[in-house]
Amino acid sequence: MVEHFDAIVVGAGPAGTAAALVMARAGLDVLQIERGETPGSKNVQGAILYADALERLVPDFREEAPLERHVVEQRVWLLDERSHTGAHYRSADFDEDRPNRYTILRAPFDRWFAAEARAAGAVLLTETTVTELVKDAAGKVVGVRTDREGENLFADVVILAEGVNGLVGQRAGLRKELDPRHVALAVKETVFLTDEVVQERFNLKGEHDGVVIEAMGDVSAGMVGTGFLYTNRESISIGVGCLISDFQATGTAPYALLDRFKSHPSVAPLLKGGEVKEYVAHLIPEGGYHAIPELVGEGWLVVGDAGQFVNPAHREGSNLAMTTGALAAETVIALHRQGTPCTKAALGSYLRALEQSFVMKDMKKYRGLAAMLHGNKHFLTTYPAALSRAMQTFLRVDGVDKRTKQRLMVQDFKAARGGWWHLMTDAVKLARAWR
Amino acid sequence: MTTSPPPGAASRRTKELPERYRNHRGVWVFVELERGRVHPVSFELMGEGRRLADELGSELAAVLLGAPGEAIERATMAALTYGADRVHRCADPVLADYRNQPYTHALSELVERHRPEILLLGATPLGRDLAGAVATTLQTGLTADCTALAVDDDKSLAATRPTFGGSLLCTIYTQGVRPQMATVRPRVMAMPEPIEGRSGAVVEHDLGLGEDAVVTKVLDFVADVATDDVNLAYADVVVAGGMGLQSAENFRLVRDLAAALGGDYGCSRPVTQKGWLPAERQIGQTGRTIRPRLYIAAGISGAIQHRVGVEGADLIVAINLDANAPIFDFAHIGVVADALTVLPALTHAVERRLGRHALAS
Amino acid sequence: MTRPPHAADRPGLNLFVCIKQVPDSAQIRVHPVTNTIMRQGVPTIVNPYDLFALEEALRLRDEYGGSVTVLSMGPPMAEEALRRALGIGADHAVLITDRRFAGADTLATSYALASALTTLGREQPIDMVLTGKQTIDGDTAQVGPGIARRLGLEQLTYVAAIDRVDPLRREIVVRRRSEGGVQVLASRLPCLVSVVEGLNEVRRGAVADVLRAARAEVVTWSATEAGVEDPMRCGLRGSPTVVRRVFAPSPRQERAQMVAVTGKRPSQLADAVLDLVLTQQPKLEAALADGPVRRNRP
Ligand SMILES: Cc1cc2nc3c(=O)[nH]c(=O)nc-3n(C[C@H](O)[C@H](O)[C@H](O)COP(=O)(O)OP(=O)(O)OC[C@H]3O[C@@H](n4cnc5c(N)ncnc54)[C@H](O)[C@@H]3O)c2cc1C
Ligand SMILES: Cc1cc2nc3c(=O)[nH]c(=O)nc-3n(C[C@H](O)[C@H](O)[C@H](O)COP(=O)(O)OP(=O)(O)OC[C@H]3O[C@@H](n4cnc5c(N)ncnc54)[C@H](O)[C@@H]3O)c2cc1C
Ligand SMILES: Nc1ncnc2c1ncn2[C@@H]1O[C@H](COP(=O)(O)O)[C@@H](O)[C@H]1O
Repeated sequence: MVEHFDAIVVGAGPAGTAAALVMARAGLDVLQIERGETPGSKNVQGAILYADALERLVPDFREEAPLERHVVEQRVWLLDERSHTGAHYRSADFDEDRPNRYTILRAPFDRWFAAEARAAGAVLLTETTVTELVKDAAGKVVGVRTDREGENLFADVVILAEGVNGLVGQRAGLRKELDPRHVALAVKETVFLTDEVVQERFNLKGEHDGVVIEAMGDVSAGMVGTGFLYTNRESISIGVGCLISDFQATGTAPYALLDRFKSHPSVAPLLKGGEVKEYVAHLIPEGGYHAIPELVGEGWLVVGDAGQFVNPAHREGSNLAMTTGALAAETVIALHRQGTPCTKAALGSYLRALEQSFVMKDMKKYRGLAAMLHGNKHFLTTYPAALSRAMQTFLRVDGVDKRTKQRLMVQDFKAARGGWWHLMTDAVKLARAWR
Repeated sequence: MTTSPPPGAASRRTKELPERYRNHRGVWVFVELERGRVHPVSFELMGEGRRLADELGSELAAVLLGAPGEAIERATMAALTYGADRVHRCADPVLADYRNQPYTHALSELVERHRPEILLLGATPLGRDLAGAVATTLQTGLTADCTALAVDDDKSLAATRPTFGGSLLCTIYTQGVRPQMATVRPRVMAMPEPIEGRSGAVVEHDLGLGEDAVVTKVLDFVADVATDDVNLAYADVVVAGGMGLQSAENFRLVRDLAAALGGDYGCSRPVTQKGWLPAERQIGQTGRTIRPRLYIAAGISGAIQHRVGVEGADLIVAINLDANAPIFDFAHIGVVADALTVLPALTHAVERRLGRHALAS
Repeated sequence: MTRPPHAADRPGLNLFVCIKQVPDSAQIRVHPVTNTIMRQGVPTIVNPYDLFALEEALRLRDEYGGSVTVLSMGPPMAEEALRRALGIGADHAVLITDRRFAGADTLATSYALASALTTLGREQPIDMVLTGKQTIDGDTAQVGPGIARRLGLEQLTYVAAIDRVDPLRREIVVRRRSEGGVQVLASRLPCLVSVVEGLNEVRRGAVADVLRAARAEVVTWSATEAGVEDPMRCGLRGSPTVVRRVFAPSPRQERAQMVAVTGKRPSQLADAVLDLVLTQQPKLEAALADGPVRRNRP
């Protein structure tokens, strides 16, 4: 028997599930296909969940979704080998009824989210991998083939939500292979600690409050990358990620980098006594705006990480995934209602919707950042170290007068970067990239 | 007058033993007799049953089912020398080979007639098959795979067993019914010393079931191939390797040392999962429990699931590169070194000391 | 999987497989202070042994015709396990779920499952019930025998192979793993078979199977719908065994006596170890010299 659906969604991460949920709610006959044993079983994220994108899809998610802690304090650390210079922002305002960001564990979260789509009527196949797109004689995508025995599955449109390393789209020639300069490899461990210990170490008042730390500098050992440490209810997620091209060039082993981060004198005490439960590695698309591939074609659309929708500067990804998934779904729903076939031209309204949303605006804003950091490693090595020296000079009371200290600090910065000119241009570059 | 029961009545009611169970007395051990041989676990249980019976001030009885003949006679004597005050036995050709139906019938009848308060069985394929059926017939509780048995203040049986993948232990009681049933895996309890010449009463029983009434027939018994007879559970010296050995080939070093010591060899679970050694060689909670005089663990971290299977060893030697490995928390002798060099050196030392050579395997 | 075309004109077998959803025990952690279980994020799986039971049932169905019904007692979430079984190829799935089932020991579990099987058996008389040899969380191997006893089925546990089934003559021949060998048993239908690991290779359902599974309704029954006659015999109330204490194994007081390693050649190190062993176990030397020692072997 030939099975025909209104839409097939490849992948049950945040992007695919958002798309499936929105389409199923609109009454479309949706098939979602996931290769993992359960949705989320293979997915990796830090993970911070930004409430806004999800709230638009599931307004009362706070009641049911498996959330870990809501973030009341954000720390940014610049590390050198032995110290960190940090900015902490904590506010009682974050202890609100509808907190803005949470830490989550992807496995239970994705499973819950996919169950929402199923409750809305989407049909979900797990442990099933889409191996290729099926095209008609004219080259229009009309369905998918899977790794299971049996017939191909057909649909009016296929939404590719297969994540960063989307082989289906690549194999079909819809997009190029990933460029190592545009993808970061992140490794992450979950370290088990009791809830009391987590609360005590991070000065948290209850089992729902959480802290997140983003770390830069020595953590990436001179490569372009960052580290993170997030508090979950009974564990800490800790990881580092750097561009693959840098790993290749330096020959650094990712797990060695993570071990180094874990044993940093500022980090080790936070993890002490914890039991490592899982060690995972995953890619993050960090090429930004310029790396976005073709997003629509004859009978197909791309959403989420597969479309490179990640904002590395703000570590946003899952929210862009959900938003792009929902926008793609709305496009398909509209065409379905009009009875318009999902041609490349018709699906173009997805691109227009993207342009108008915060997604594309943010992607454009940071379009220069990746290249800038890549071309100028001083932001990740020289400056954190110089900053640390400056802090030490400033904080030690040792009989040296303050004016002299000030001068020493300024000189040190200048020397570190080989003169004023370089310092100035770096500042300008950074400002541009951030603009 | 009918009033609603006072709060807490329900829990009190479950704790209190109903009238009809109050005069259940004595500890019974089911003696597993298969193809002419008593399973050693039955004697281990006799030792445990003796202790419980003494604490309760009651009698220890063995239950023996089997075909009439020399084997059951020998087993009867053995049961007495291992501590039974009494042997209830049922010798009938129908019971020649183990089959669930006649065995369940016989054991359930005996229990109903003689009302023991505790009934222990070995957690073997036979014991588990029988225990589940008997407990259901008698509608009583059954605690599987106990690692410790004790008599509580109120004279009830406190049965302790691993739970949640072995990371925790729990103590289980049987409330409101008798007998209290438990199974125990081989080698978990120590083997008691037999007392030669010890005697006791032997009570014969009729099976009351003809072969015609038994549905299942034994067509054949295919004994395991004897060449790779795994005797781990009963070996006096066991050498085992873990993931620290790094490859299937390196297990030769483990086998050589075991051979030099005249013992047997085993491994941790990931090793069997990798297919480096067959499942019968796995030691631990989901493998064999061992009680050797000497246990040498090479490249094994000493996870709790492994530990529970080896804790009964008299002397544990651990070889591990990591000085913080948990195995050093329960080993008696620790060596922080590379197992791949220590194992062959030990083999040589043993051969030199004992003046004989390993029977190369 | 395509069914044999002649299945319809054969008597076929009504096969029932009991499956349980269990936490993946490899991932459970214990709270070091409170000794409670940290279930956070622990994935659940179908008890691995039960999948072998399912595959064996599917194999029989494909050979003789008939149908396979999977049955589970558990929380509503256990529906996932049943859906997985449907995706592998089971025909029907029934979940019995009820607050009154909570806290059941093996006696109460087998009572509830046997009640449901009795109810199912009114529609389709039971030929075989298949279970795993044991669960990885309860680890008791008692539920199967409990069901057999209550339903008056022939009890065939630890089955390593089903050699032959004759649906017409109601005969079955199995190989049962027992101490030191394998028993070849001839028995009769209806029977209960509990299977050991590795007697088959669990199949992957075809696209049609997983689609059917994804769309299928898992029948969900309360205790009453399952045909439970006496709710007092279910769950915690129907369980004679009670857990009074959960605790962590006590750590041993002294740590191992460490053998000094630095500066020793391997042979010196080995001698030092052997010396220590023989001082602590003086009887061992004599025993070893006599050849293989066997203690306590009756
Ligand atoms: C270490 C790390 C930390 C991060 N931290 C954050 C953070 O704090 N906040 C944030 O918002 N984002 C974060 N991100 C980014 C975020 O995880 C991603 O942007 C988001 O998961 C993208 O969702 P997606 O649905 O597009 O892809 P994915 O979540 O990758 O989902 C793709 C799904 O498709 C399935 N699939 C793939 N191929 C096939 C196939 N052929 N057939 C069937 N199924 C298939 C996969 O199994 C997977 O389930 C982080 C990422 C990493 C790696
Ligand atoms: C439900 C359940 C049941 C289980 N049942 C069992 C069971 O019955 N039996 C069992 O064993 N496990 C069991 N386990 C698994 C158990 O938790 C551990 O994972 C396992 O015992 C670890 O095996 P290992 O020590 O060989 O490997 P690892 O934990 O990987 O340890 C290897 C050790 O070797 C050391 N090492 C490495 N190289 C060398 C070298 N060259 N020389 C010396 N030392 C070296 C390392 O320092 C390390 O300590 C069970 C787990 C679960 C969840
Ligand atoms: N809650 C349950 N639902 C369905 N089947 C079960 C359940 N518990 C146990 N079983 C079956 O009984 C077998 C033995 O379980 P156990 O006695 O818990 O070791 C399992 O392999 C299952 O086939």
